Amino acid sequence: MLKYIGKRLLQSVFTLFVIVTIVFLLLRLMPEEGYLGAAADKMSPEQQEIYLTNLGLRDPILVQLGNFYTNLISGDFGKSITYRQDVPVLDIIADKFMYSVSFGLGAVALSLIIGVPLGILMAQMKGRWLDRLGTGYIVFVVAVPAMVYYLIIQMYITEIFDLPMLFDEYDPISWVLPLISLALAPTASYAMWMRRYMVDELNRDYIKLARAKGVKERTLMFKHVLRNAFIPLAQYLPATILFTIAGSIYVESLYSIPGMGGLLVDAIQRQDNNVVQGLVLVFSSLGIIGLILGDLAMALVDPRIKLGKGESVR
Amino acid sequence: MGIYTKEISNISDKSSEQLFQFAVSDDHQAEETAYSNYSYWQSTWKSFLKNRVAVFLLALVLIIVFFTLLQPYLPGQKSPTEIYLDEQTGSQARNIAPGSEFWFGTNSIGQDLWSRIWAGTRTSLLIGFVVALVEVVVGIAIGAMWGFSRKLEAPITQVYYIVENIPTTIVLILMSYILRPSISTIIIAMCITGWVEMARFIRNQIVILRDREYNLASKCLGTPSYRIILKNLLPYLISIIMLRMSLAIPFAIGSEVFLTYIGLGLPVSEPSLGNLINEGRVLMMSPDLRYQLFFPSIVLSVITIAFYIIGNAFADAADPKNHV
Repeated sequence: MLKYIGKRLLQSVFTLFVIVTIVFLLLRLMPEEGYLGAAADKMSPEQQEIYLTNLGLRDPILVQLGNFYTNLISGDFGKSITYRQDVPVLDIIADKFMYSVSFGLGAVALSLIIGVPLGILMAQMKGRWLDRLGTGYIVFVVAVPAMVYYLIIQMYITEIFDLPMLFDEYDPISWVLPLISLALAPTASYAMWMRRYMVDELNRDYIKLARAKGVKERTLMFKHVLRNAFIPLAQYLPATILFTIAGSIYVESLYSIPGMGGLLVDAIQRQDNNVVQGLVLVFSSLGIIGLILGDLAMALVDPRIKLGKGESVR
Repeated sequence: MGIYTKEISNISDKSSEQLFQFAVSDDHQAEETAYSNYSYWQSTWKSFLKNRVAVFLLALVLIIVFFTLLQPYLPGQKSPTEIYLDEQTGSQARNIAPGSEFWFGTNSIGQDLWSRIWAGTRTSLLIGFVVALVEVVVGIAIGAMWGFSRKLEAPITQVYYIVENIPTTIVLILMSYILRPSISTIIIAMCITGWVEMARFIRNQIVILRDREYNLASKCLGTPSYRIILKNLLPYLISIIMLRMSLAIPFAIGSEVFLTYIGLGLPVSEPSLGNLINEGRVLMMSPDLRYQLFFPSIVLSVITIAFYIIGNAFADAADPKNHV
């Protein structure tokens, strides 16, 4: 087990290293005006050249890369150019991090509380009205771009229930709608997975045997089926948590929540290369951490999986 | 014993010579095997037709596709990009509610929403189809190599781990941030991330199927690899491929909406469903103007839901286990 964790961590560090390098090189392909900021118009071409040289952008690419790594290791993500001039990127992100995390965790908790029981009920009532209703919901949420139903919620639910349209940190009621909006998609995917695995499990021989020998339906569900169906969910859980944080870009900027997603949209619109770079690195490392946690959770839940042997690509 | 011999001789007495003739051996007949009327595509189509909702949506999608192609050539259509002026005041015909002159009204700078919606649908469908096609072709090619070639397996797996570890949204944002926004760059950005899932799917299936006995036999008989892949393996995967392809279309359309929203979409001069929804969103606060958000949203939802349901229905129908 320890050996597996070590191997997995090493692999992730390598992956992260490759991603960082790729991101760095890609961002060097960007137009250089992005580094000049608001002062660009006032500078003559010579001044621009000097400015860029001072930033180190005229050094050979390998030297730049080396500097970039040393800065990263010492926790220096560079300074913001246009978003909040000369404020370190790390400070800006740190301010926003907690909002994104609390919304992300809240949404995943909500979707687990609703999605898992919904999936179980749907599997039990397969083909009846609840199943159809749930399937309709899943189809809608999965197929229709999130933008459309987020806007519908923001437009109408706020009117009907007289809720605030924008986020206000000190007004707890304004947390409700962004949370619900954010939870819609993971709820659908949890319900879908849960239903599929429950239906698969219910068709197995050991369930038929248990039924035949007279095990109560309740015991059957909770003791046998649910435990087995939960294994694949355990693997997706950490990944969803982290991807929800990353995926809250819409919701955060729609409700003007001061989180990382909204920050990303702002930084892109103001062409702030350093902030974009920092956020991309944060989001990718979150993704990687999520996948590792998922693999470990899966290994802990399912004793049949012997890690390190017969690895397969998920 | 005696009784039986008597009966047997009785029977042989009664039977005539004609009943026991030697059959003629016929080479042609010997070659014939059991023949049934089964045709894969016909049965697929038949079971697809049983799903009424999917058939209806398929018809609807076909009509929409034909209409978007046909619409500019119909009489009395307005240009999607021209700014119309009010005849009395001479100013821009801004925010006119839907009526007989402008069927879906005009937008905030006086462009005809009806023709903009169809032009936008055309753009979005184009993006969707191209992305789905590239995804399927590249995904199958890489997935097949990945699953079938033992030399390529390790390097592709490493690439896969790296690509898969970065959230798709981030790649999409990064690529469109670096490339200048236009239809082709949006398509490129989506294709860079899109093939991964497909390739993994194909690879996992091929790993399961490649060592089955019939493939072993095929290999021993000297069948070249490409033929094993094309004739022995891929037909198994048609239902999965079709499903992924039809899901890729709504996903691509949705990604375009997303990119437009965060400011990395197509330029405003190029109508697309994402652009239209974004324009409508800005006016959301005034209830009279919400039609500018509704019409594109409804068209968008109908198209994406239709593709999703058609894809699932077709995948069910294409699975030979569901054929009777």
